[in-house]
Amino acid sequence: MKNIVIIGGGPSGLEASAQLHKMGYNVILVEKSPVLGGHLAKWDRLFPQGISAKEVLEKMISQINGVKYFVEANVQSINLLDKSYNVILDNGITVLADAVLFTTGFELFKAQKKEEYGYGIYERVITNADLENWFRTKDDRRIIESPKRIGFVHCVGSRDEKAGNRYCSKVCCATAVKQACEIKQEFPDAQVYCFYMDLRMFGRGFEDMYLSAQKDYGVRFIRGRVSEVAENIDKELVVKAEDTLSGKPVKVTLDLLVLMSGMQNCADAVKVAAQIGVAGRENDGFFETKDSIYSLQNSTKPGVFFAGACTGPKTLPDSLHEARAAALAIHNYLIDKK
Amino acid sequence: MGKFGFTLNPSSRIDLDKVDREKFNKLVEIEPDVLKCMACGSCTASCTAGKFVKTSMRSAILALQNGKEEDAKEFLKGCLLCGKCTMVCPRAINTRHLILSILKIY
Amino acid sequence: MRERIAGGYDDFVIPFMIGMCFIFIYLTIALIRLFTHIPPKDRIRFFKSLVNPAIMLKNARDILCDCLLHIKIFKRNLLLGYMHASIAFGWFMLILIGHIEVALYVPQRNGVLYYPVFFRYFVKFEGETTLKGSFFFFLMDFFLLMVLTGVGLAMYKRFRSRALGMRRTTKPCFADRVALACLWSIFPLRLLAESFTAGIAGGSFLTKPMYWLFNNFLSNDMHILPTWWAYSTAIGLFMLALPFSRYMHIPTEAFLILLRNAGLKVTKPRKGFAEAEIYSCSSCGICIDACPMNIQKKNLPFSSVYFMRFLRRNNIKKMNQIADKCLMCGKCVALCPVGVESCGIKRAQRATVYNDVKHDYTYLHQAHHTPDNTSSGDNGKVLYFAGCMTHLTPSIIKNLTGIFELSGTEYVFADKDGGVCCGRPLILAGREDAAKEVIARNSQMIQESGCRKVVLSCPICLKVLKEEYNLKGIELLHHTQFINSLIEEGKIKVKRGNESLVYHNPCELGRGCGIYKEPLNVLQQLGELKKAEKEGKESICCGGSLGSLTLSYEDRGKITQGSLDALTVNNPDKIVTACPLCLKTFADKSDRPVVDIAQIVNENIC
Repeated sequence: MKNIVIIGGGPSGLEASAQLHKMGYNVILVEKSPVLGGHLAKWDRLFPQGISAKEVLEKMISQINGVKYFVEANVQSINLLDKSYNVILDNGITVLADAVLFTTGFELFKAQKKEEYGYGIYERVITNADLENWFRTKDDRRIIESPKRIGFVHCVGSRDEKAGNRYCSKVCCATAVKQACEIKQEFPDAQVYCFYMDLRMFGRGFEDMYLSAQKDYGVRFIRGRVSEVAENIDKELVVKAEDTLSGKPVKVTLDLLVLMSGMQNCADAVKVAAQIGVAGRENDGFFETKDSIYSLQNSTKPGVFFAGACTGPKTLPDSLHEARAAALAIHNYLIDKK
Repeated sequence: MGKFGFTLNPSSRIDLDKVDREKFNKLVEIEPDVLKCMACGSCTASCTAGKFVKTSMRSAILALQNGKEEDAKEFLKGCLLCGKCTMVCPRAINTRHLILSILKIY
Repeated sequence: MRERIAGGYDDFVIPFMIGMCFIFIYLTIALIRLFTHIPPKDRIRFFKSLVNPAIMLKNARDILCDCLLHIKIFKRNLLLGYMHASIAFGWFMLILIGHIEVALYVPQRNGVLYYPVFFRYFVKFEGETTLKGSFFFFLMDFFLLMVLTGVGLAMYKRFRSRALGMRRTTKPCFADRVALACLWSIFPLRLLAESFTAGIAGGSFLTKPMYWLFNNFLSNDMHILPTWWAYSTAIGLFMLALPFSRYMHIPTEAFLILLRNAGLKVTKPRKGFAEAEIYSCSSCGICIDACPMNIQKKNLPFSSVYFMRFLRRNNIKKMNQIADKCLMCGKCVALCPVGVESCGIKRAQRATVYNDVKHDYTYLHQAHHTPDNTSSGDNGKVLYFAGCMTHLTPSIIKNLTGIFELSGTEYVFADKDGGVCCGRPLILAGREDAAKEVIARNSQMIQESGCRKVVLSCPICLKVLKEEYNLKGIELLHHTQFINSLIEEGKIKVKRGNESLVYHNPCELGRGCGIYKEPLNVLQQLGELKKAEKEGKESICCGGSLGSLTLSYEDRGKITQGSLDALTVNNPDKIVTACPLCLKTFADKSDRPVVDIAQIVNENIC
């Protein structure tokens, strides 16, 4: 029986595991954190329709019955032996894998790097991930009892040369609009502002969500990137941007500021991949695929595959498609290899 | 045949036919960063001089692209060259040199 | 010892005399021209300085230490220092002792220009065995040997510059090559000439054995005259090439010292004081290794040494290109053995391009300034001037105001909602007239605040406030100095953490304002202080400098990475700096935390 090591137990890893397991392969899934699910496990609801992240994840996990998986496990070393990859985990397990699938996903841009936004300096600045966590747990002392003015800053660490990430993180616009509506549900009296550069509402149902944010929740969309944030004596945040549509600088005082941290390739994954000569693309850091149209699941090395956000920012459905495509790509590879 | 219909001079419409491409190309040669702006407005928002008088790198670039050279200079004449816009620009435009070059050429 | 050649003349002195006459005429004209270019006020200042005893003493000391002994280069690299000093000092002593010999033995030839240079040819040794005689023979050979070892090292440096502490050296121009070839041949030829003549004129430990050696193999005195001809020709050619080569620094450097000690400043990029600086550049190339831009090979042609060369040639395009690109970090100036203020000249060059760019700051006069909400005339308070850039680094403002509060310092926040730029960025861009308006407005604001102490977070602001503002009686402190004084006065107490730290000297704070000790003094009390690859005045610019006008973001990124690599050679846990610009620039690229000194102090107050 063929061994397949899947690195990363997020949505892509889970879906690919389930598919490959059904095809009859011996799948070993490696997850570095204590629980499966990746960022999905930390999310509350999903755009565009507000489906519960927990339910989606439970469904995925129910599909991987019979898959061997290790949590709190990291790849200690990986190297090519003849035509297989020798994968050694830090829990002492060694696998000779016929194929390796990277489903290592993304990590969020560290918002404190954009110091001018004051994350970690001012009390009432949080990130998109912090807000999702609050939606789930209602536990975050940075969010005051009833904030009256709430701002969302799009493109934090995305489309930003200074942050080292020139690309668009694709999902933050939709996430911001979703979260803007949700927080308005929590605090109906609050005025919500979204500071955006371009609203990229590309997916099915996204434009409806945008319309609803305007029409049903009265979210004010301001076309201008926030350039600096100050804190006044009452710990309120004074946000400066330009309303580029009117061509005037704007200043607004807020009780809560949410930074839409973008996606970047996982630093740990880059270190593992480097051991077998798989590298990130120079201009964005995400893994280099074999080509940019036809073989998106293949790496530049035989037997090494990708699925999900490790090759660029993706929505959850995109990642799931890729996971299934990767399962098929691996299947074809193993048939051809015989 | 004479012209017929309503006209008003000067028109409030931007006339791209009247853009001085030669001068703009010269500017591009000296500071190619002028082409990189994505009009996010960070420069204008953080502008030190902008607190007192309309000063805007973004508006100036747009004005030049639209052939409104006088407006462009107007948006930059109060600039103190403090460099905050360079620091906040997500496209890493070399704003100080661009400002000096615009004021020099136009 | 008596004169051997009747009339004290031989034709071989002609090349030497042509060279010398040429150089004297050239230098005289150059000197007159330079004086006409110096503003009349400065001229008077200069002549007054020549009779001021304190300045006279300083002049003498500087000329001895810098021009002859090259103490600054010795401090950098012993071998390189010896190379420069041996040639300069050795040559000087040969000339001096030559004149003494003439004065002692053939006083009738005093004042004959060529006589001391070719002394050995014209005299005959008469078997004197006095101590005095052999003493001079010894000295002459000793200093000749000294120069020869220096020339030897210079030749060796051409092939292996690293052995003398230089990674990269200057590419010589044509005139440099000609002069260099002459310079390298002058002293070996002198050795040959004096050795051949040693049988007649005497010699010491070097020339005597050489004479015996030659006498055994070549066996006649036919070689005497040709070698003296060659020696004279080498000197003559050297003098002819001198004004067009880098060796022009030899006569100019001493003069520059006089001008500098008189307190003169650069006003125009190519005239007056600047001209003296330009010709004082010895093209040694120490600035090439010093320049942070040269982490990329493509930037080598933008080094200060080449800026000086293009200024001499009046190549305006190149002058502007280099001037606009420079980071103005001041490292090349700090390390320059001659002390050429290349950054000042670059600023003056920028002024020729950008000073007349139109601006309109009338709004400065319409704007009312109300610092914070406290009444003016309150002398007990500290005026805090954060600066434009600091508003992008809220950690500095938040932590410093925290320290103010914990230490019980009453303060007025001058630019809480943003102020007016300090003017330094305008000066750096060569916009001196525009800067004056800003400086005047800010000076007025500070004076009206009534505060006697200003604390600044941005070293860029500090430098211009110190140098250009009219703030008599008002103490100007960077927050590192202020925090240091709070600790020394016991107003705050800090505890030592477990982290190891490295300190980055911001250019404008270190080289710009000379503040090196205070931050180190503070940090020593907070954790284990690790050494960086380059420290103090050799610190490497973060790459974010406002000084450069044309350096691209990508190229700045390379400098930032180079600077970070130099800071982290000893793997510190944290990088500490004291400038908002450095902080932001490093934070984008660093693999470990970068914090301002205010933050690390505030976090460790107990």
